Amino acid sequence: MSWLADLFKSRKPEPPTASNAKERLQIVLAHERIGRTREDFLPKLQMEIVAVVARYVAIDPGRVNVSLDRGGDMSTLAIEIDLPGPPATANRRAAAG
Amino acid sequence: MAEIIVVTSGKGGVGKTTSSAAIATGLAQRGKKTVVIDFDVGLRNLDLIMGVERRVVFDIVNVISGEARLNQALIKDKRVDTLSILPASQTRDKDALTKEGVGKIIDELSKDHDFIVCDSPAGIEKGALLALYFADQAIIVTNPEVSSVRDSDRILGVLQSKSKRAEEKRDPVREHLLVTRYDPARVERGEMLKLEDIREILAIPLLGVIPESESVLKASNTGNPVIMDQESAAGQAYKDAVGRFLGDKIEHRFLEPAKKGLFSRLFGGRAA
Repeated sequence: MSWLADLFKSRKPEPPTASNAKERLQIVLAHERIGRTREDFLPKLQMEIVAVVARYVAIDPGRVNVSLDRGGDMSTLAIEIDLPGPPATANRRAAAG
Repeated sequence: MAEIIVVTSGKGGVGKTTSSAAIATGLAQRGKKTVVIDFDVGLRNLDLIMGVERRVVFDIVNVISGEARLNQALIKDKRVDTLSILPASQTRDKDALTKEGVGKIIDELSKDHDFIVCDSPAGIEKGALLALYFADQAIIVTNPEVSSVRDSDRILGVLQSKSKRAEEKRDPVREHLLVTRYDPARVERGEMLKLEDIREILAIPLLGVIPESESVLKASNTGNPVIMDQESAAGQAYKDAVGRFLGDKIEHRFLEPAKKGLFSRLFGGRAA
């Protein structure tokens, strides 16, 4: 009877899997590419921000902190610049979401 | 000055050495003075694929450590007189390769060659990093399969950040996609990633598509680069790829299933 089973099996084709492969690859690579570029642009961003801010206020380039936090729904880019001077004006904080 | 080409993939077993051997031989057949270097120290195989395993006396590690001169380690191919092979060491470990040592060898070879083909080991560790470090151009060998495409994407990231060109902020390494083991019949049945899908995902220029072919195993059995078998689809596809690499306009072939006659449909035709 095995020939009968073979006959029926061959009539019910399996669904194609290639589209599945493409979809999964696109999702996993989208995530991996983010991780790859993350460290690359932050130092440059920090340098450029310091250059722009320094045009208006005297700042200590060593006391600038740029951090990027990528979440599922929302990502935050935080830029923290310590302004030298009297304590009252120090620790001003600029943040962009 | 020679053009330095790395053949790389991240993933193992996709056809890097087969492709290195075929492309180096093809470039040499076109009259270009070419040397192909095996970077897989500890697991050398290019010598077997090129059929020169019994002529290896010295290897790349001997040259780096000063035990042999470069000329003593280079094996001249007996089929194509513009081609030579620099084998990897089989007994040493991959730490024997150094950036300075490899740089010196590449500088010396650059003086009297048109192309230096670097056959990368799998992975993204020292051997693979050194194989791609000096590259001007990269051939990314990819199978139509999820893990291979993912690893190719990863190695593209490495090329863009860890190559000498990237470090020195010069023009980036020129990237070429070489899809190997492509089976148009399985693609047609929806069982295998389409060429268009791979191109869309990796988004680099396509150099060639090598169809799945029995001739590749036959070629490695006998130690002849598959490009020498111009009867076979794979050999012809490699020849086309070499032509495109040198700037020829050649249409892609072997992208559709071969039309089978009644005889082969009845008795099961096989890929040539």
